Amino acid sequence: MQSSSPLFLSTQTRSAWGLILPSLALFLAVVIIPLIMTVMLSFHDWGQYKGIETVFILKNWYEIWSDSYFHEMFARTFRIAVLVTFITMALGAPEAYILNRMRAPWKGVFLLVILGPLLISVVARTLGWALLFGGKNGVVNMALMKIGVIDAPLPFMFTETGVVIALSHVMMPFMVLSIWAALQKLDPQIENAALSLGASQLTVMRRIIFPQIMPGLLSGGIIVFSLAASAFATPAIIGGRRLKVAATLAYDEFLNTLNWPLGAAVAVLLLVALVIIVVSSNALIERRYKAVFE
Amino acid sequence: MAFLELQNVTKTFGDHTAVNAINLTVQKGEFVSLLGPSGCGKTTTLQMIAGFVPLTKGIIRLDGRDLSNVKPAERGLGIVFQSYALFPHMTAAQNVAFGLEMRSIPRSDRDQRVRDALALVGLAGYEERFPRRMSGGQQQRVALARALVIRPQILLLDEPLSNLDAKLREEMQIELRQIQRNLGTTTILVTHDQHEAMALSDRIVVMNKGDIEQIGSPQDTYHSPASAFVATFLGKTNAFEGEVQVAQGGISRIIVGDHVYTASAHIKGPVIISVRPERISFAKAGLRGTVCTRIFRGNHWLFQIKTIAGVATVIRQNDGTSMPEEGHDVHLVWREEDTFVRANSKVG
Repeated sequence: MQSSSPLFLSTQTRSAWGLILPSLALFLAVVIIPLIMTVMLSFHDWGQYKGIETVFILKNWYEIWSDSYFHEMFARTFRIAVLVTFITMALGAPEAYILNRMRAPWKGVFLLVILGPLLISVVARTLGWALLFGGKNGVVNMALMKIGVIDAPLPFMFTETGVVIALSHVMMPFMVLSIWAALQKLDPQIENAALSLGASQLTVMRRIIFPQIMPGLLSGGIIVFSLAASAFATPAIIGGRRLKVAATLAYDEFLNTLNWPLGAAVAVLLLVALVIIVVSSNALIERRYKAVFE
Repeated sequence: MAFLELQNVTKTFGDHTAVNAINLTVQKGEFVSLLGPSGCGKTTTLQMIAGFVPLTKGIIRLDGRDLSNVKPAERGLGIVFQSYALFPHMTAAQNVAFGLEMRSIPRSDRDQRVRDALALVGLAGYEERFPRRMSGGQQQRVALARALVIRPQILLLDEPLSNLDAKLREEMQIELRQIQRNLGTTTILVTHDQHEAMALSDRIVVMNKGDIEQIGSPQDTYHSPASAFVATFLGKTNAFEGEVQVAQGGISRIIVGDHVYTASAHIKGPVIISVRPERISFAKAGLRGTVCTRIFRGNHWLFQIKTIAGVATVIRQNDGTSMPEEGHDVHLVWREEDTFVRANSKVG
């Protein structure tokens, strides 16, 4: 609709600005400004004895670019994120499907079971894994050793496998919810329609259900990937100092080495990489499914 | 021999009986409607024929074969669902081709049959459209083409037209009937719309609370309803309170208000007499009443007439003759064969 009166329009625009101003100011103060400061920080110099020098140099960026130590960190971060994404997809899709087919009382109960972990702090949940598998004193390890299944404790703590398993557990609700939302949009008769046309149960899954929950699977994938790549608590507890990822690396540079500019460079690089990956894959998905789902 | 045979078919959910020991036979090429209000068991019956819902008791035979252990995928029935249940991620052509793919029909043959099926329902040229980009009526046609292309033994239609607007629904009724007659596909339609059932079917099965009330041609069920339920469910009807008196010589007299006439009634005492609005005419003598409303409907007039036996609805064809006006006194008469007489349980 077009307004014929510019005066009216400007009043409306002014009041709209007035309404969003507080949130805009907050966003600017706690997100944009610190972000700009972090980006600037990443170009500053730092020395063991001189501290931070406010100059513009590419030293930190060159260090990340040239040192294989950093390559390894980032490769591990994205390897873990990709694995976690695939694991949550593989387990989350059947989980959501079964959940969706459940009847009234059980559906609610199991939805709560799946969402329950979100109500518990990530630290508590991750420490739970440490209690079960933490070296010789882990409950599961002790039990398995006692009944003679294994001789030595299962390697879990400070391993990439451990981080992947614990992170998958933490991220699962996001994937299940995302797929569940897609399943809700399905026509309840669609499976019957395919069956009546001669499709087997497996074909119904593969040709009818799966393509329709694909958008949910992919958007869940984007959420889980970005959360897993930037996760801090779980890699910090399970991976510790021995198995660092980008987030824990940045933390260490800031608080242990006190090399703030290098930590800032790591954090900014992680952010930029994530934004590029998420935005481009989102654009790809939208283009692919535009004709079908809008 | 009957093509489709339902014998003593029963379905209970917990302690609720959805379908109560119904028997029905359908001949090859016949168009049969299951008609009834929601919750009458018509959809459950259709789902049992399709194989989506197992029978509690009874047997369903198709062409002499017991369907008890035949999976829905192997029954070879074409089904059009109320929501159409099209596959949204496939084009119209892919939707229609799905059933042929499942039957491993060779590609060239398949493409030809898909084109023919879409042309049959008037959608030639819409092959590459996705369902989202089609109107309700077009989606409905795709669903019909998808069900017909597999050359089903029986076409099952579950309220297929209920999501369309009135004008489109009428067009689709005519088209559906033509397609069915041309192909000769045995068809079972589930509907709560009496007009739809009457317009399309060879026979109507009127259902109520899990029971079959009447099976008959549209004319039969409309003109000689087997029960009060059928009389009121199929079309509008007037229900006058009256009395049947048996005089000497076995001749009954029917008294409705101040209107008395002789008839061959099979019951006596207080009765309810049903007469269709269009079967009542105005005369010099008969049930006296006053016109309280007169509505012009183009091709017919609709009257509400207050009588001592209750308010009567009368429909008269607009044939150019002058009609009584509001406030005028009139006399109503009807032919004996146009009435349905049943005992009035409320009185006596």
